[in-house]
Amino acid sequence: MSLAEETSTTAMALKNRNLLLGGALTAVFLGAALLSFLWVPYDVTQLDIANKIKGPSAAHWLGTDHYGRDILAMIMVGARTSIAVAVVAVGIGMLAGVPLGLWAAARRGSLLDEVIMRGNDLVFAFPSLVIAVMITAAFGPSATNAIIAIGIFNIPVFARITRSGALTLWSRDFILAARVAGKGSARISFEHILPNVLNLLIVQGTIQFSLGILAEAGLSYVGLGAQPPIPSWGRMLADSQTFISFAPHMALFPGLAILLTVLGLNLMGDGLRDLFDPKLRRGRT
Amino acid sequence: MKAKISAVALAAAMAAGPVLAQDSLTVALQLEPPHLDPTSAAAGAIDQVVYANIFEGLTRFGPDGSVNPGLASSWEISEDGLTYTFHLVEGAKFHDGTDFEATDVVFSLDRARGEDSVNAQKTLFAGIESVEAVDPATVKVTLSAPDGLFLFKMAWGDAVIVAPESIDDIKTAPVGTGAFTFDGWVQGDSISLAKNPDYWGEPAMLDAATFKYISDPTAGFAAMMAGDVDAFVAFPAPENLPQFDADPRFKVLIGSTEGETILAMNNGREPFSNKLVREAVAHAINRQDIIDGAMFGYGTPIGTFFAPHNPDYVDLTGLSDYDPEKSKALLEEAGVALPLKVKMTLPPPSYARRGGEIVAAQLRAVGIEPEIENVEWAQWLENTFRNAHDYDLTIISHTEPMDINAYANPDYYFQYDNPAFQDVMAKLDVESDPAVRSELLKSAQTMLAEDYVSGFLFELPLHTVAKTGVEGLWVNMPTQATDLTGVYWEK
Repeated sequence: MSLAEETSTTAMALKNRNLLLGGALTAVFLGAALLSFLWVPYDVTQLDIANKIKGPSAAHWLGTDHYGRDILAMIMVGARTSIAVAVVAVGIGMLAGVPLGLWAAARRGSLLDEVIMRGNDLVFAFPSLVIAVMITAAFGPSATNAIIAIGIFNIPVFARITRSGALTLWSRDFILAARVAGKGSARISFEHILPNVLNLLIVQGTIQFSLGILAEAGLSYVGLGAQPPIPSWGRMLADSQTFISFAPHMALFPGLAILLTVLGLNLMGDGLRDLFDPKLRRGRT
Repeated sequence: MKAKISAVALAAAMAAGPVLAQDSLTVALQLEPPHLDPTSAAAGAIDQVVYANIFEGLTRFGPDGSVNPGLASSWEISEDGLTYTFHLVEGAKFHDGTDFEATDVVFSLDRARGEDSVNAQKTLFAGIESVEAVDPATVKVTLSAPDGLFLFKMAWGDAVIVAPESIDDIKTAPVGTGAFTFDGWVQGDSISLAKNPDYWGEPAMLDAATFKYISDPTAGFAAMMAGDVDAFVAFPAPENLPQFDADPRFKVLIGSTEGETILAMNNGREPFSNKLVREAVAHAINRQDIIDGAMFGYGTPIGTFFAPHNPDYVDLTGLSDYDPEKSKALLEEAGVALPLKVKMTLPPPSYARRGGEIVAAQLRAVGIEPEIENVEWAQWLENTFRNAHDYDLTIISHTEPMDINAYANPDYYFQYDNPAFQDVMAKLDVESDPAVRSELLKSAQTMLAEDYVSGFLFELPLHTVAKTGVEGLWVNMPTQATDLTGVYWEK
């Protein structure tokens, strides 16, 4: 990659408003989660009933909830829960889905390819959140079960995107060269195919990450995600419902946290796709 | 086209008809019963539907908890207090058309006290020696020992009179003698009752009544605000009461229940088999914070398993005052490794879920770390309450009246086995002298408080929200019941 090309990528990234805005929102969210390890305004496991349901003030920037807990602290620590669930869920999806996709592409057209992809279709055919509810209901509500449930539904997403990306690569000359050089399909898959589908995976990973956060919030909302006292945005929303008419701040801030984070990740995903996609890139310049 | 419009208008008018006439009532409740047989289950949700509405007993509770005549219009008690002669009401019929007679009373009581009885409150009938039908309108009950509470016991929802003809289907199609007949049950949604036109006594003022089940407090609030339901008995979100109170469309009734809300500890296994640990829990609990945080200030602190409005109540809250330092010292004395990890199982009612979060935070402050598990009602009944007793801590309100004797049952989910306490309860069962009874009750309360058997939290209040114009609902809940026989719309 020449120097000119590199600057143009940076310049394009800077010009890409989606990427900037999305990146900024994501940075704020990640920053809040990281900061919560070092400092939170109040201990979220400590209740302060005397100060319950207070609106935003100098002492509590975002107000307090129905147990007198600081909502800012809850959102910061809740971000940790969201990230943990989303990261591991995307991780499960990638670790299982990408090798499956590579394998299927390497044996494209074979029975194995059929089995893998139809299996993926089968998982894909179920509404993911409904199955997640089923899994957590069967094995007990907890953050771990929520992670597993969301993770399983990420597998076919990554398997498909990897396979479709890999299929177009398998017909390219440099792969042919690698085969002529005597490399086996497993080695080709990991040494040549994988690096070339990586940008696809990063874009999809960002999107899945935001879906993971949304799914975690949804499961927590119905009481199947992280259990108290671990703060979770979804449960904060659920808890605030009966207070909404006289203490709207209790619902507003966790709601905004979910909205802005998911928006940020989606914008960033779009931005990254624009940046990585050579066709779009050529079309722009 | 015109014909079509008028047909639509007619349909609309027909649909709107009963609402305008206001002779029906929709009452929302939070918990749906597992079935409708009050004589074979402990679930209060059953009595909330059937008590006084569908089924009646020889005696019945009034809105103030007094014991009034029911299917027995009068009775005589022999000199020695052993024989009760009940004179039954005339002209009473079961909803299936069969006559209510003395043989039905014999059948019901014998069934409840029999060897294979599945009655949840068998102790109510334990003192009965024999039941015989003197003539179709007279029943003679002989007790093995005088029992000052016998008429009180016969008023319980578990002692209602059922008919042998309809007993087989009682769980799904209850047939009683009450002012309402069972009309239908849409599982997961509602149970409907219809006025009994042949009722023997004062007929119901409503033509139809529906119990609608809304477990989610938010949905309950919305249903009430939208006018979908006419009343919500035991409204689960106390934080919304001021709003209803301020709204001229609604009224809020605040009353008492017989519900001792406790943090039950499993006395049958580690670590709560150790009294020192239980005492540590008791001192770690700040009742006022729980009442303020979970109940928004509604609720009376209790220090033992007894209703504060009962004249025999002893205030023992001082024995388990909030003292986290003492709690920590007790845990050290008990020699348990800190943090002490335990499981806290919470059933759906909001007092349990919210109270649980607060109690958990208070326990964490002294080094006990409860892991909260929120469970559904059926799961709680099955795993915690009924068979397995697989729990460490749980929060629940015991809403039966005078139910302190539950602690005398070593197989109960408390797993509390204290012969001295059982002895007091056995004495109480046969004692009819009010002064001695009072002493026994007081010593029983003290024993429970001094043994720290459970964490005693607060007496559950009853919050009823109703549309303005709905009259006759019970303000208090002296027994588990939603008596609709006296409910009407103010015209």
